[in-house]
Amino acid sequence: MLTFILKRLGQAVPVLLAIYTITFFMIRLAPGGPFSDERKVAEHILERQMEYYGYNDPLIVQYGRTLLQHVKLDLPPLTSHIGLTAADIISESFPVSLELGLWAMAIALFLGVPAGVIAASRQNTWLDYTPMSLAMTGICLPTFVVGPILALIFGIWLRWTSVAGWASPVDRILPSLTLGLYYAAYIARLTRGGMLEILSSDFVRTARAKGATEFRAVVIHALRGGILPVISFLGPALAGLVTGSFVVETIFQVPGLGRHFVLAAVNRDHSLILSTVLFYASLIMLANLMVDVLQVLLNPKLRYK
Amino acid sequence: MYRFLSKERSRAALAVIALLPFLSSCNPNKEKSSVREQATRDGIFLYGNTGEPPSIDPHLNTAINGMRVTEALVEGLIANHPTDHNLPEPGVAKNWTHQDATVWTFELRENARWSNGDPLTARDFLYSIRRVLEPDLGSNNAYFLYIIDNAQAYNEGKITDFSQVGVKALGDYRIEFTLTGPFPHFPNIIKHPAWHPVHSPTIEAAGGMTKPDSNWTRKNYVGNGPFKLKEWVVNKTISVERNPYYWDAETVSINEIHFLPIDNTNTEDQVFNSGRLHYQNSVPPPMIPIYLDNGDPYIRAEPWLGTYFYMLNTEVPALADKRVRKALSLSINRKALVKRILQGEQHPALSFTPLGIEGYEPPELEGFDPNLARQLFADAGYPDGEGFPRLSLLFNSSETHKQIAESVLQMWSSVLNIEVDLQNQEWKTFLESRSNRNFHIARSGWIGTWAYPDIFLSLFISGGGNNDTGWANPNYDSFLEKANNEPDPEKRLAFMHEAEQVLLEESPVIPIYHYSRVYRIAPEVKGWYPKLNDNRNYKYLKLEAATP
Repeated sequence: MLTFILKRLGQAVPVLLAIYTITFFMIRLAPGGPFSDERKVAEHILERQMEYYGYNDPLIVQYGRTLLQHVKLDLPPLTSHIGLTAADIISESFPVSLELGLWAMAIALFLGVPAGVIAASRQNTWLDYTPMSLAMTGICLPTFVVGPILALIFGIWLRWTSVAGWASPVDRILPSLTLGLYYAAYIARLTRGGMLEILSSDFVRTARAKGATEFRAVVIHALRGGILPVISFLGPALAGLVTGSFVVETIFQVPGLGRHFVLAAVNRDHSLILSTVLFYASLIMLANLMVDVLQVLLNPKLRYK
Repeated sequence: MYRFLSKERSRAALAVIALLPFLSSCNPNKEKSSVREQATRDGIFLYGNTGEPPSIDPHLNTAINGMRVTEALVEGLIANHPTDHNLPEPGVAKNWTHQDATVWTFELRENARWSNGDPLTARDFLYSIRRVLEPDLGSNNAYFLYIIDNAQAYNEGKITDFSQVGVKALGDYRIEFTLTGPFPHFPNIIKHPAWHPVHSPTIEAAGGMTKPDSNWTRKNYVGNGPFKLKEWVVNKTISVERNPYYWDAETVSINEIHFLPIDNTNTEDQVFNSGRLHYQNSVPPPMIPIYLDNGDPYIRAEPWLGTYFYMLNTEVPALADKRVRKALSLSINRKALVKRILQGEQHPALSFTPLGIEGYEPPELEGFDPNLARQLFADAGYPDGEGFPRLSLLFNSSETHKQIAESVLQMWSSVLNIEVDLQNQEWKTFLESRSNRNFHIARSGWIGTWAYPDIFLSLFISGGGNNDTGWANPNYDSFLEKANNEPDPEKRLAFMHEAEQVLLEESPVIPIYHYSRVYRIAPEVKGWYPKLNDNRNYKYLKLEAATP
């Protein structure tokens, strides 16, 4: 298992390098630069800024230097947050996104998995149709519609929660719910699909024939296999959740990483774009690795190789 | 999740979102004690500040949201007047004199202090002026100081001896400026944060005066304003609290200001509606007429020192003819545009300089005149639009810009019978295109840093950095030059009037409307007056709980 993990980590290096290279050159292709503004910058001032932030060197030198800075984790200065580096931004905003993501994931699993299990075990009854129609609605409704509606109901009409911000524990409720409901819908459908397949398999029938209770047959025997599609979905979903969602963070004014991810591109802050992309890529790879390990643990048909 | 943001969906969603606050304002459940009420009791001003400022260093920041914070943290020789943008309010300077409006001497208060207790002297101002002008700092604000003699030469590296620059300290508490010419409104000019002092030991400890990405503002902000920095968490809040060392600390009434960087206007609207803000900086455009028509008690719409206009690229052959440019301008019905599209108390612009500048009555365009427009167009060789090339109108992506552009297109089509294409680009791409003169007609806007016509008119000096029209007129340049050399304020403005007359006659730009500031403010905030340039002096603000 250790060799498997090490091998996978080794494979991550060329992938990250490729991602770095593509991102580096792609952002340079976008028109406009970090220093353009409504009021134009004087020629000699622009020259000085370009010089200081290293834009005057040949592109390949910049490519190498920025790469080295990322390898050494000595990140270049930002142009959209003067006096900070991407390390400051990530270390300040990632914990927020992580917390939001974990709450959302908890909500998604807590609602999604039971809904999927019930739907599958009572296929084609109202216990199946009701959660599945709700799930379909959840998938179709984007977060930027659900978010403001929740804020209106709970924040303004009922005044139970705040409508935006990230100061008190109450502030966590709405963004987590908005993000969580969306993923809960996916998870419910995936769980149902996985469970349906497993519930009709021989070993579940054997379990039932041997007198296992319905609960035991479904939850102990079938769920372990039925949840596998959810597990493979969880990897990228978790990475997506913990790196933040631009939409939810904007609607609820959450100081997370997702906003930086998008605003860096809008502001043409090349260092911040590169650092956040690399951070996100590493997280996805890490999450996928965790999922693979989990899958082998859960699925006796798989072996490390 | 981004794939859900298709155009149609986001439009539908925006419509839904836009209606929500309205529904909420109808609901009776408003009486519960709100966060705002508690904050009012604690003397905390909750301030919606649009977005996260890139910097709050007065010498490097160029963003409005950053300036709103620096106004609390640092104070210049002259401060913002609480009610009238034309009046100088004594700041660190207690009085001042001038000779021919060219040599200005300011007497500093001896009790002015930094927020760490250090005394504030003329040498601090000298250090600060030098810092802004240091070529190696590369400050975008340096050009504000070019009216100081030799400042431009120093900033451009043509001279390296700072003592040649027209500023000197006369002892500890007097500072003298020698300007490039007469500037009767100099006290108003130096209200801008680029002229404000910074604490030299702090700057030096953070890497020196020429470090463009100095982090002194993040770690250890030492200022001299009525407030000092308490906490700065990116995208969350910038909190400032009373500065006990401020020379006029007795006047300061508010204990803290929390600048909340809410960049989504719908969110800001919801936050205000839920009673968590005293001041809402921007109102979502669809909500403006609803609030205004329904007598929302918080909304205010006031003139703002700025102009929304279209730039014409005079290097495009069809637009090189001033009759064509004039015809395009004459066929726009600005009144209808403001009334039907904008609905926020903006003023139809018949001049380039906005209204309300003391002593200056700008010349006016003829306004909407379809017959004259058609006549001019025919004279230029395009009778009934025949043979006129298909041009495009460039704007940065925004719903409001799009609506305005669509209406203008409609007006041009019905009056001049011409077809113009719409072209929208994301902000930075748009700036690049406009700056490279890669457009026919482009949207633009300009906000005055101080209330004087030169800040608007100097834009179109031949070859000027922000003159993307390619228009050059020696007559115009000479009027402006005469104005700049004229010490008599009245004559000076008369020359500017002449210059603006030339600008309007030649029409390299089409003014559309003068901006208005639409915002919402809670009744608990006292001492907040309409100001043409929206600059505030927070020390005069008070928070008083509304009496039931």
